[in-house]
Amino acid sequence: MKEEHRQDGPKKYGMVIDLDKCTGCGSCMVACMSENNAPFREDESDKLLSVAWLRLYKLTNGKPYPDTDVCYLPRPCMHCEGHNGHSPCVSVCPATATDYDSATGIVSQIYTRCFGCRYCMAACPYHARVFNWWDPVWPDGMEKYLNPDVSVRMRGIVEKCSFCYHRLQRAKDKAYAEGRREIREDEYQTACTQACPAGAITFGDLNNPKHAVYKLRKSPRAFRLLERLGTNPKVYYLSSREWVRRAGDNYLADEATGAGKHMAEHKG
Amino acid sequence: MKVGRRRFLAFGIGGAVGTALTPLPWKLMDDISIWTQNWPWTPVPPKGVVSHVNSVCTLCPGRCGITVRKVGDRVVKIEGTKGHPVNDGGICLLGLSGPQFLYGPSRVRSPLKRVGKRGEGRWEAISWEQAVSEVAKRMGELRAKAEPHTVGCLLPEDRGSVAQLFARLLTVYGSPNVMRRPSIEDTYEMALYQTHGIIGRPGFDLQKTTFLLSFGSGYLQGWGSPVHMFRAHSHLLSNSCRVVQVEPRLSISAAKADRWMAVKPGTEAALALGLCHVIVKESLYDKAFVDKHCQGFDAWTDEQGQKQPGFKELVLGNFTPATTAEITGLKQADIIELARNFAKASRPLAICGRGNGSVPGTLGEFMAVYALNALVGSVGRSGGVLALPEAEYLQWPAPEMDEVAAKGMQQQRLDGAGGDKYPLARYRTSYLAALLKGGGYPLKMLLVAGENPVYDLPGSTELKKALADIPFLVSFSSFMDETAAMADLVLPNHIYLERLEDVPPVFGLPKPLLQLCRPVTAPQFDTRHTGDVIIQIARALGGGVAAAFPWPDYESCLKQVLGGHFARLHKDGYLEGRVPELRFETASGRFEFINTEYKAKPAYTPVIPQGDKGVFPLVLTGYDSMRLAGGAVADSPFMVKSVDDTVLKKGDVLVEVNPHTAGQQGLAEGDAVVLATPAGRARVRVHLSHRVPPGMVAMPRGLGHTAYDPFIGGKGVNFNELIAPVPDPVSGLDAAWGIRASLTKV
Repeated sequence: MKEEHRQDGPKKYGMVIDLDKCTGCGSCMVACMSENNAPFREDESDKLLSVAWLRLYKLTNGKPYPDTDVCYLPRPCMHCEGHNGHSPCVSVCPATATDYDSATGIVSQIYTRCFGCRYCMAACPYHARVFNWWDPVWPDGMEKYLNPDVSVRMRGIVEKCSFCYHRLQRAKDKAYAEGRREIREDEYQTACTQACPAGAITFGDLNNPKHAVYKLRKSPRAFRLLERLGTNPKVYYLSSREWVRRAGDNYLADEATGAGKHMAEHKG
Repeated sequence: MKVGRRRFLAFGIGGAVGTALTPLPWKLMDDISIWTQNWPWTPVPPKGVVSHVNSVCTLCPGRCGITVRKVGDRVVKIEGTKGHPVNDGGICLLGLSGPQFLYGPSRVRSPLKRVGKRGEGRWEAISWEQAVSEVAKRMGELRAKAEPHTVGCLLPEDRGSVAQLFARLLTVYGSPNVMRRPSIEDTYEMALYQTHGIIGRPGFDLQKTTFLLSFGSGYLQGWGSPVHMFRAHSHLLSNSCRVVQVEPRLSISAAKADRWMAVKPGTEAALALGLCHVIVKESLYDKAFVDKHCQGFDAWTDEQGQKQPGFKELVLGNFTPATTAEITGLKQADIIELARNFAKASRPLAICGRGNGSVPGTLGEFMAVYALNALVGSVGRSGGVLALPEAEYLQWPAPEMDEVAAKGMQQQRLDGAGGDKYPLARYRTSYLAALLKGGGYPLKMLLVAGENPVYDLPGSTELKKALADIPFLVSFSSFMDETAAMADLVLPNHIYLERLEDVPPVFGLPKPLLQLCRPVTAPQFDTRHTGDVIIQIARALGGGVAAAFPWPDYESCLKQVLGGHFARLHKDGYLEGRVPELRFETASGRFEFINTEYKAKPAYTPVIPQGDKGVFPLVLTGYDSMRLAGGAVADSPFMVKSVDDTVLKKGDVLVEVNPHTAGQQGLAEGDAVVLATPAGRARVRVHLSHRVPPGMVAMPRGLGHTAYDPFIGGKGVNFNELIAPVPDPVSGLDAAWGIRASLTKV
């Protein structure tokens, strides 16, 4: 791409999820399924087989009643940057079906390239990837609600959260049609961010100081999951509860949590 | 041919080089992977023009504004409407599931007539003309026998034009038996009337509250208008306000609160009065408000010259921190600290009504929480609880009753609501099973619209038997739910995405909000608007009944009764009312701690769960989760998919049991057990959890559907099969927070 056609430098789309606000209601999951044409089967209680891009994990502090506490943690794909785009899954894919886009920071998944070896699933430390063991089947007439912006996935391939990449494309198309170079912050929001009834999810460009995520990720409440693996994830979590922050990684007993305490500082 | 070493190597190496060079195997592998991914049954969603249509979601009482994304004429996605006064862009799982309901396999596709045995599932599709004439014929026969009062009607609402069309039909026909399921809205309405003298509902000004104290209200589990409450909670957090949850189980509302007060089950009202005690004793109450606006704080002399104790004596005498601590199981110091913090907050607010609010609770408890709000001056001010008088926004021409109708209407209501025993109650539908069996007279026909009593009312096993004895059961359900499956006739309504209908004000919002649900797509099947069907039934009945329904169809009726509102609603989708000024219409013209007329007062009325402690050593309680719809609208396939595997595993529901209790009973994680209560028994599995106290078994509401499709039905157990209602002695409404239970390993 020629320099003058570039937008203001590369974007790095990321997410900040406020676990103090998140109630674990599951609207993000269903918004994602509805937006991204997720299939469903009669029994979805085996979560290893259940195709969901975003899952909610229930954390507990393990204390007995009445000192017990629980917290839900929504887990989309972390869109790991690793070091210079070496995300764990991208590094292992033999089919180049998944790639790190340095212009957006989004880890893509190209379904027609994937041949289902599932190396990426083994490499992903977040269990963010799922394999389609069956062809998707909708009850008669129900395929009417499928979203044409997202292709339906078939048996034998791996899929994962795309940060609703089709919404970025749509926003870019619209901006182009209106003669704009830049898209506004609110023009590109993922389906889960848009739906969250608690307003717990914030999405935007981590490189752009004008975007809400830029400031939020520097909060003392902020942490990331399994940071010390060097995955350099682009999903940040906020929690005012120490035990929740500690649950995000394998901390030593006397080690503090929170932003800036660890390696993996962001390279803008 | 002799194969020597040289020849062998030549073949081997030649073969390997040849295989590596020819593109054939690679091409074949590539093609196979492409072929196996291009089966014709993998759908390719057609493209089309994208459009957005605004309407209202009426799947739950929350009434969120929705923006429906359409591609061509297909409904593809439902999103929350930005800037809407209820949800401002947010939306819940149920609301998101709209497209699955619209195109779902459980939709009833045409009017159906039962041909097999009741509940057998054998149907004959009939025309709408036949369906309407069959209902009218039956109703005509009963009226000719001067038994019009034996026709009943069960609705989810009594406000709104369709509910009032039903009420109008039954009035001119001659039956007082229009019923709706009571909830905390009813108890709040009573408490508002007892304290303010106003008929209406409370509104909560949560945007300006600085301290929210919730007595078991599942403010993040469907209480009030769910998404509105989620928004309010996040707003409170962002503004560093305090939230305290009083509840025996660590619900998500308790977990998200700043402080969780783990009380003994059913003792929330005692804590409310204990807090009042501390606030009064330490003179922390708002003296200006109490002196200026309140009656019954101090002792007073009634009209008969009798001396009546005031609220002050009531709480000072009975609810010392020591007593309250003993009743609730909390520490004295915690009670005192909470009372002080609550009283000292600038704009505190207390709310009540357990869980998502489906069980009405006791009037004494609601009045206690009202009294607590009044003590801190949070009645009728910003950040507090407001009184919103019932808005009569529909203007109906007065119906004329003939002699048969007038006679029928004089009959006692089957549920005894508003009678001598329970003068305050409007509806006592929670006891429908008992009423159908032992009521004053048998019900010969029941019209069910927008409700699913076989699933949704407590004691559903008994109710199912009782409903089976009603000779003629008509369902207006859009889905083949449990009640429709038992019906003689199913007259399917359009679903909310296909119909035009007014939406009455939402409970809990600080302002009255009138909305209009507008069709976003054409009806998918041969369904008909229930409003139209009522008018057609009335016409077919003829005479005085038909005369009360002069409209050609529902739409013209709606336009007439909405009057001037219609045009504005049609344009904007909603109409916000104003917050009325603080006023009291009681006998004293003040806020009455103790009602001077009815003597209803704040009280801790222990509600004893049904059952023998010896046989049933544990207590079963239900809990609400946003991922399961506990009401008349079932879950969607997506919602069931979202449920944790610690709640639903294969076909089994997991109940929460404290590890201590499980240890005593010799139960381990995942064990299959029989959960028995006085109301019923069911096979469940055990999930060990510290979220419940020892001795308690907690089970989610919203599972155990037996009808619908395999994506929704046949999963877990319906909580309502295991619970039975317990009446509040004052209001007569169901106040059961649990039932005694036992677990036996199988």
